Amino acid sequence: MSELKKVSSNPHVRAKITTGHIMLAVVIALLPTAIYGIYNFGINAAILILVTVATTVLTEYVYEKAMKKKITIGDFSAVVTGLLLALNLPASAPWWIGVIGGVFAILVVKMLFGGLGQNFMNPALAARCFLLISFTGIMTNFECDAYTGATPLALLKSGESVDVYNMVLGRCNGTIGETSMTLILVGAIVLLLLGIIDLRVPGTYIVSFVIFLGLFGGRGFDTNYISAHLAGGGLMLGAFFMATDYVTRPITVKGQYLYGVLLGFLTFVFRVFGPSAEGVSYAIIIGNLLVPLIEKVTRPRAFGKKRGAKK
Amino acid sequence: MNNAKERLVNGLFKENPTFVLMLGMCPTLAVTTSAMNGLGMGLTTTVVLALSNVMISLLRNIIPDKVRIPAFIVVIASFVTIVELLLEGFIPSLYDALGIYIPLIVVNCIILGRAESYASKNPVFSSLFDGLGMGLGFTMALTIIGAIREVLGAGEVFGYHVMPASYVPVSIFVLAPGAFFVLAGLTAIQNYIKIQGEKKGKDMSKIQSGCNFDCMNCGDMGCGKRTAEIKVEEVKNEESKIEEVKNEESKIEEVKNEEEKQEGGAE
Repeated sequence: MSELKKVSSNPHVRAKITTGHIMLAVVIALLPTAIYGIYNFGINAAILILVTVATTVLTEYVYEKAMKKKITIGDFSAVVTGLLLALNLPASAPWWIGVIGGVFAILVVKMLFGGLGQNFMNPALAARCFLLISFTGIMTNFECDAYTGATPLALLKSGESVDVYNMVLGRCNGTIGETSMTLILVGAIVLLLLGIIDLRVPGTYIVSFVIFLGLFGGRGFDTNYISAHLAGGGLMLGAFFMATDYVTRPITVKGQYLYGVLLGFLTFVFRVFGPSAEGVSYAIIIGNLLVPLIEKVTRPRAFGKKRGAKK
Repeated sequence: MNNAKERLVNGLFKENPTFVLMLGMCPTLAVTTSAMNGLGMGLTTTVVLALSNVMISLLRNIIPDKVRIPAFIVVIASFVTIVELLLEGFIPSLYDALGIYIPLIVVNCIILGRAESYASKNPVFSSLFDGLGMGLGFTMALTIIGAIREVLGAGEVFGYHVMPASYVPVSIFVLAPGAFFVLAGLTAIQNYIKIQGEKKGKDMSKIQSGCNFDCMNCGDMGCGKRTAEIKVEEVKNEESKIEEVKNEESKIEEVKNEEEKQEGGAE
């Protein structure tokens, strides 16, 4: 990884923290959500998480071994990808869904584009969208306590009322990791306190989503409706753990605000006007694709250069 | 007859329009949702390609150079209209499956490309076989892509179930992204064979690919020349900058020397 130094705009500060430290912190921050997912959905959730993480790490190892490259599984980034992907799967999915998703995330999205730091979109989300398009039936089959039901967002979309209190706590239906807003926020606060993520992207993402929803969502600033949208689905998981991915978010500060607003807008459009109830994954990977343009537009002015001067 | 065989082989393998020339990507990606669609599209294009090549080769001494492209398009469009009406009348299922892509054969760059680069300069007989070779190469490529997408995305080939009953179809392969995955995979395999062959010292120039990612030696047609020009300009710029810096340095030294002299004089 020594050749990958340009991770932010200058000036640079030296620190002892490495990719491995950051990724390990993310894994630890995700653990409460994962453990609650296992508690909530039972043994199948545990199997899925283990299979997916094992697949991502193994894929990275085998690819790098076969291509005679430096083995980078020690930096935990494959573990983070696997864990995030598993948390985005419904607990009823068979184990091979995790295997296909894990191989796609690491091999196609990450390794074929040059490994960590070169992937053009978030591997976990790209794999989730790949699975969602390929196996729509399996990926939208949500069951909890052997009872198949719609997710709160799907209920909300069809005009039924939902219990926001349960959604915040996590006693509701959805993918393994998205149900408990509280535990996701606990993990997010840990990462914020450690300085691993900052509030620029998730903050603007959530605030702009709320504003768009309030202005154009059709129900005004109805507290129950908006908080249900915030607590339901993958918004919190996406905003704090996936939109903040160092590789696929803009490096410029202005760009990060712009990126957050863009994600908020896209999520609002997909959730309110789209055919499915959820839109966070698609919003983030479309945002990822626009990052190079955002960075180009928001490149900071070099010190001493005049405003509007060319180059 | 030798010429005819050479043209057929050329179209099928050496200059395969899909895998080597990377032409006609729009129908390649859009209609190959099944092997049958790929075969149908390929054969339709072959018919149009062969007939238009013959016609354009016959007319090659009459068509004025300045209006040759419109003339080619008129010829191609006539044949496409004939084929379209025949398909609608006799194979309506294929006509429905291919939809808008049949009229779009008019602007298929393989056909226009062969008319421009081969049929307008060569006699009728070899033009016919050039059209057939290219068309069959296109058909082969489309059928292979269609078959792979159909197997993965629906578990069938030409409508027959080939995968075990427990196989869950990966439906992304019959949607648009699947076309890109399959085409990229096939091109990668082709490049792999080529690189392996070159390592063993075989002459692999017969197997070409869209771009052998060696931009500097790409020839003086495409981006290779431009890259070379940019390099030369950069070097020139660098040299002139270095000279400027040298000039400035020598000026500064002169000034310093003069100052020292003046100081010395003052003392």
